[in-house]
Amino acid sequence: MIFGAILAGGTGSRMGNYTLPKQFLPLGDMPIIIHVVEKFLVHPKIDCVVIGVNPEWHQYMLDLIEKYFPNQSNLLLVDGGTDRNSTIDHIICEIRKHSQNDDDIIVTHDAVRPFVTVKMISDNITLAKKYGICDTVIPATDTIVYSENHMYITDIPIRKNVYQGQTPQSFQIKLFEDVYHAMTKEELDTVTDACKMFMLKGHQVYLAEGHVSNIKITYADDYKSAQIMLGSMNGEKMS
Amino acid sequence: MINHLYRLTSPFLIERCCSEINLQDKNHLIIQPKKLSICKADMRYYFGLRDAAVLEKRLPMALIHEACGEVLYDPNGIFQKHQKVVLLPNIGGTDDFYLENYRLDSIFRSSKADGFMQELVSISPDQVVSYQRDGYDDVFAFTEFISVGVHAVDSFLKISHNRRNHICVFGDGALSYVVSSVLKKKLPHTKITVMGKHPSKLQYFTFVDKTINVNYQKPKAEYDHAFECTGGSGCAKAINQIIDIIHPQGTIMLLGVSEEPVAINTRMVLEKGLTLMGRSRSGKKDFEQAVEMITTDRVFASRMKHLISEKIDVAFINDISRAFDLAQTVDFKVIMNWLM
Repeated sequence: MIFGAILAGGTGSRMGNYTLPKQFLPLGDMPIIIHVVEKFLVHPKIDCVVIGVNPEWHQYMLDLIEKYFPNQSNLLLVDGGTDRNSTIDHIICEIRKHSQNDDDIIVTHDAVRPFVTVKMISDNITLAKKYGICDTVIPATDTIVYSENHMYITDIPIRKNVYQGQTPQSFQIKLFEDVYHAMTKEELDTVTDACKMFMLKGHQVYLAEGHVSNIKITYADDYKSAQIMLGSMNGEKMS
Repeated sequence: MINHLYRLTSPFLIERCCSEINLQDKNHLIIQPKKLSICKADMRYYFGLRDAAVLEKRLPMALIHEACGEVLYDPNGIFQKHQKVVLLPNIGGTDDFYLENYRLDSIFRSSKADGFMQELVSISPDQVVSYQRDGYDDVFAFTEFISVGVHAVDSFLKISHNRRNHICVFGDGALSYVVSSVLKKKLPHTKITVMGKHPSKLQYFTFVDKTINVNYQKPKAEYDHAFECTGGSGCAKAINQIIDIIHPQGTIMLLGVSEEPVAINTRMVLEKGLTLMGRSRSGKKDFEQAVEMITTDRVFASRMKHLISEKIDVAFINDISRAFDLAQTVDFKVIMNWLM
């Protein structure tokens, strides 16, 4: 089976004056996270969607589900963990109650990237099936500089080899379980990205093509950009 | 959810835009377009051949009004996920005195509303027709085009007198091919002659009784009725030639679209008591009939496959431009395998 995993553990600490976690802020006619859940629910290859939410916002998310998806049997909600990878682990634990196949695939996605497309999800599924792991990226347009001491530049990677990571990130669930449980506590404390975890354990992570519009709504300016991207088109024509 | 559309913002320029689709809307299905067929009308927009005032008024707009796809979501649970459907471009229209496609307040996609070059299409269940035949998705993509031929022939059968010994079809393009095929199916004993100017295109019309290259051969006055399918700048000449060679009280079906007003020899129309009828758009029943013909009539469906000149995978905006460029060079249809 193929599972969508919506990672909604954030509490919006980088969103300035907004007190509501960013994934619950309205964009157009509905909260940001609902845009994302809908795209995964209608996707032709996704069998089931699991949302991992911060425990403090569990009931709030439950109420949203009741409001927007009152009869959706293939939508589950679990409490997230303390970080990204533990949230994925919690989601996988829930998935394993329903399916234990070795070839099950999980497509993880940030709850605050509402511009994800059906094609991105499809490409992820294709690559994860073929290679086990993939990460969605776009070529870096800015020059990336690297600094170890945060005072001066220690390296400037060649731009044509540099990409910016987005989501979805997708894996064979069995592979994630094997790698995650092989990680030491120290390793887990330093790894914030699921794909990095696979790399640490010697796996190749394949690249899926993202898009510049697949923005992550992290800062207040991102939120404004998203509203402009959507709002400037709405009402202009029927579609 | 956020949907992505690929709109023509000015001639030759396609841009990605966003709109919102609401799954809670109980009146709409969510469809993933899978195959899109390029029509001449889309090409006139893309290449900037429409009047500047029209372009100014209607762009930006997503093109394409011939498409098929798969149902991804039905809020009422009537359509199964993955059900294949043909998409209808007609929206609304309230005055049911008129046929749905000719109502003053009806809207046609890729003309007055966004067409099907979208990631997902939100559409009323009334605006789709299900189909099941495997291996013919590329043909179902241009069901709309076929349905126009069906609509025209059915209208002709209603209004024309019933001496239908010999009918001529003017034009050697895709529309002529469809109209000739539908005529052969519905009037198997009627002699059909196709007139054109392109030997390579006339070669496709193997199933009609006769083809005439009007560049080299002057047609005789021997036709009971006629279909004009030339369109464009050749329209006036074709219509007046038909008027000359058609028998009295014949019916001339006008299907070709011309950007300019056409001067018609009305003196001869009056003298012969001719009937001229315009038909260019189809309705739901015509779509259903076209789907039925593709599904059950092996001969008809096989002939329709010959209309597919090229197929092209479209995964990036540049591919759309390549598809339109290609459509200018081929005999008939370009089908976009829609991967956006």
